[in-house]
Amino acid sequence: MSSNLSESKVSTDLNKKPFKEPNKFFKFLNSKKVVPYIFVFPFIISFLILTLYPAVRGIIMSFQSILPGQVQFIGLDNYSRVANANFFKALSNTSIYVLLTVLILTIVPMLLAILLDSKYLKFKTFFRASLFIPALTSTIVGGMIFRLMFSETDSSVANQIVSLLGADSVDWRYQAWSAMFLMVILGSWRWIGVNLLYFLAQLQSIPAELYEAADIDGASGFQKMRFITIPHLKPIIIFVSTITIINGFRMFEESFVFWETSSPGNIGLTVVGYIYQQGIGQNDMGFGSAIGVVLMLIIFVISIIYLILTGTFKRGDE
Amino acid sequence: MNSKSKGNGIKWLATIGFAFVSLIALFPIIGLLISSFRPSSDLMRDGISFSIDLTKLNFDNYAYIFQEASQYWSWYGNSLIISGMTIILSLFFSSMVGYALAVYEFKGRNLFFVLVLLILMIPFEILMLPLYQLMVSAQIVDTYFAVVLPLIVAPVAVFFFRQFALGLPKELMDAARIDGSTEYGIFFRIMLPLMGPSLAAMAILQGLASWNNFLWPLLVLRSNSMFTLPIGLATLLTPYGNNYDILIAGSVLTIIPIIILFIFFQRYFVAGLTSGGVKG
Repeated sequence: MSSNLSESKVSTDLNKKPFKEPNKFFKFLNSKKVVPYIFVFPFIISFLILTLYPAVRGIIMSFQSILPGQVQFIGLDNYSRVANANFFKALSNTSIYVLLTVLILTIVPMLLAILLDSKYLKFKTFFRASLFIPALTSTIVGGMIFRLMFSETDSSVANQIVSLLGADSVDWRYQAWSAMFLMVILGSWRWIGVNLLYFLAQLQSIPAELYEAADIDGASGFQKMRFITIPHLKPIIIFVSTITIINGFRMFEESFVFWETSSPGNIGLTVVGYIYQQGIGQNDMGFGSAIGVVLMLIIFVISIIYLILTGTFKRGDE
Repeated sequence: MNSKSKGNGIKWLATIGFAFVSLIALFPIIGLLISSFRPSSDLMRDGISFSIDLTKLNFDNYAYIFQEASQYWSWYGNSLIISGMTIILSLFFSSMVGYALAVYEFKGRNLFFVLVLLILMIPFEILMLPLYQLMVSAQIVDTYFAVVLPLIVAPVAVFFFRQFALGLPKELMDAARIDGSTEYGIFFRIMLPLMGPSLAAMAILQGLASWNNFLWPLLVLRSNSMFTLPIGLATLLTPYGNNYDILIAGSVLTIIPIIILFIFFQRYFVAGLTSGGVKG
């Protein structure tokens, strides 16, 4: 690429069609027909090697029994094994996590962003930064902080608050409801600031004239929110909630950081955790791939249903 | 006069309310920071606690990391190298692809764009087992390259750069062509500098993604000396480990580069996101 740059001085304007061409090969490389493909080339390569190949390979592997040195096709055996109690436990954990995080990570950042964009607030820059800072930590670091905050001892922050409310200390990592609570609160804590920025960006693109016109018509603050703000936020609500659904089904680290690969009674097992546990931990890559294919189908179906219900396809692109 | 003071009342009420929300968001970080100066025996007994004995706070945990934990610093170096490589390569390639999808008319342009969106929908975790096998057979497991490779052409970044490049003034391209510039010259000398804010926003997001990346490096990195920070720290989180002293001070040091990156680019960050126009 850099050699092309240095040659740019020699090249002539394409529109003038000179009689003598300085370098046919370079002219070919610089023609408007070829240039876009050179620019897109890295994507083509990476798509073929890093997406298409592993996707096809994964589907093939899901029909195979894979042991070192011997690979054989076993038909649908891996898939019939997927329907087991552990998988359903993982799927129900993941689904509850998705449902809770979609609600929290759409509604809370939206309300905070509307408030941050309003004239009712001072120190906006500080507030924005303070909500974004959790996103700068990794799930591992965040998870470690939460493990220490929600440790089982009576003197941990969480149990001190619980005892203020008059309840007994909780074994946070060893009960089903609190296990889910830990994963949801860690995920929400890290992501609220990011989604807040998406909402803020969209809020700032709403033309001020709309609000001025509403003011002239004597609209109340609630009416302005109902008829101007929320409708304009709809695309970003769909974007944020779709991303949250997809990320929720991909959740792994929030569970790993609390229990690694084995939680008591699988209270923290997720679908991706199950893929990791079986595919890498048990070295059963065929079975792991089958779980992966099932997960992919679940995500596709849910995303598409969701996008149809929210009317995203109707608008057409651009 | 009266209504103005009423407005001020609401303003302060809202501000105090929001300060409370900010405090909740920042509390874990503050807790981590304070706890990093606590003796590990207290930490293990209490976790992060309200009851802190201020007289016991000291720098021992940090002193330990700076003197003894050579492993920790090799993880640190690995993370810096991998994140640096990821930022540079992914900004370079993704901006090129996004730009081409936005400004050129060519066969397959829509197909490529649909593929970008499709990749966004496929969870990486599903591709990781075959991809891991591929890395094994290519014999690049346990190298920086294996970690960085899947992040080089980031679909999110391509999508974002495309949205941004759609708003670039096309007249500049024609003017540059008349002046005899090549298509590559137009991109690198004129258009790329104009994409500054979006590059800054993506530098933060890609840097963050790479710095905090966990599952993929966990798969392809094998030797302790090649580990990145999240993996190294996670190995200290074993059920039997009592390494909270290294862990907690080490975690504080982990957040520092990413905060520097954020402060450095943050004024472009929201601007970049806004002008990119994330249209769902």
